[in-house]
Amino acid sequence: MTSVVLNRRSLLAAGGFVLATGVSGLLLPARAEGLAPTASMPGGANNYFKGAPTVDRIGKGGFWMSGTVRRAGDGAPLAGQRIQIWAHTTEGREHDPHSHGATLTDKNGAFRLEMPQIVPVFGQPHGHLAYDSGEFKTVFLRPVMRSAKDTSLEAHFVLQPV
Amino acid sequence: MTRVTLIWVALAAAVCVPIAAAAASPLLAWRDPLYILAGFAGIVALGLMLFQPLLIGGYLPGLSARIGRRVHPWIGGALVVAVLIHVGGLWITSPPDMIDALLFVSPTPFSPWGVIAMWAIFAVALLAALRRRLGLRPRTWRIAHMLLAVIIVVGSVVHGMLVEGTMETFSKAALCALLLAMTIKVMAGLRVWRKRATSRGENIARQETEQA
Repeated sequence: MTSVVLNRRSLLAAGGFVLATGVSGLLLPARAEGLAPTASMPGGANNYFKGAPTVDRIGKGGFWMSGTVRRAGDGAPLAGQRIQIWAHTTEGREHDPHSHGATLTDKNGAFRLEMPQIVPVFGQPHGHLAYDSGEFKTVFLRPVMRSAKDTSLEAHFVLQPV
Repeated sequence: MTRVTLIWVALAAAVCVPIAAAAASPLLAWRDPLYILAGFAGIVALGLMLFQPLLIGGYLPGLSARIGRRVHPWIGGALVVAVLIHVGGLWITSPPDMIDALLFVSPTPFSPWGVIAMWAIFAVALLAALRRRLGLRPRTWRIAHMLLAVIIVVGSVVHGMLVEGTMETFSKAALCALLLAMTIKVMAGLRVWRKRATSRGENIARQETEQA
C-alpha cells in the first residue's frame, strides 16, 4: 500500500518536474533572443589609460590576442571597432605606455593583435582589453590564460548601444 | 645528536629550498626590484610562520619551551614587518590591483585569503601588545590568539597555493603542508582547550587593581 502512495508521489513529483522544465524551456528562448551585453570584469580597467595608439603590433610580438565584437540584441558583428589591449609582458609592465596598443575589428567583427608574451603578474597570467570609443557602452575585460605557457588569448565583446 | 641535526636540517630545507627555488624563477626577469622584494617578503613570511607553532610547542631541539615562548613574539613582530613590505611593495608596484584586493573586489581568488590573514596577523600583534592594558585574562587571550592563528595559517596557505608566482609548486606545497601539519599538532596538544583555566585567581586580582 505504502509503496503505491510513494509511487504516486514520485510520479507527481516527476510530472511536476517535467512540467516545470517544459514551461521554462518554452519561456527561456524568448528571453535569450536578445544577445546579452558583456559586463566589465572586476579589475579589467586596472592600469588602463585613454588613447593607446592603433598599432600593427605591440613590441616584438610572439603572442596573439584575438576576439570578436558584436552588437547586443541581434548579435551582428561590428566592423571598425577600436579595441585597446595591454598586459604585463616580457617587454614591459602593465602601466608602461609601450605595453599598450589598439587595433580595429575587420568586417566580420574580429580583431587580432600580436604582442609580446604575457607573463603572470599579481598571481595570474592575464591580459586587459577595453572598448571605450563612446558609440557603445564602455567595457573592460580581463581574461586569464589557462596556462602561463599559452601563446594566445581570446576575449569577446557584446556591446550595448549608448 | 644526529636526530637534533636532522630536524634542524629538515627545517632549514623546508624554508630555504622554496626561497632558493623562487630566486631561480624565470618570472624575476620581467619584474622590478620592488616587486621582487614584495614577493619574497611574502615567501619569507610563510617560512617564518612555520617556526611559530614549533617555538610554542617546544618542538625545536636545543631550545627549551621557555626560550621558545620568548622568541615567538619576536618572530611575530618580524611577520608583521614582512607582511607590511609584501603589501606595501605590491601597492607601489600596481596600486589598482592592491586596492582591489584590500577592498575584496579583486578578480583573483587568492586575494581575500591573503587580506584576511593579514588582518588576523595585525589583530594578534595588536592584542599581544595591548593585552595587559586591556586586562585580558590569559585564557581569553590564548583562545583569541589560537582562533586568529588558525585564520592566519589557513588564509596564508590557501593564498600561497592559489598564487601563480615565483614560487616553485612542489617546494611551496611541501612548506604549506608542513606548516599545516605542525599547526594542527601543536594546537591539538595545547592546554588551553581544557576547561580549567590556569592562574585565574591571580589574573582577576590584577584586573581589579587595574580597574581601581
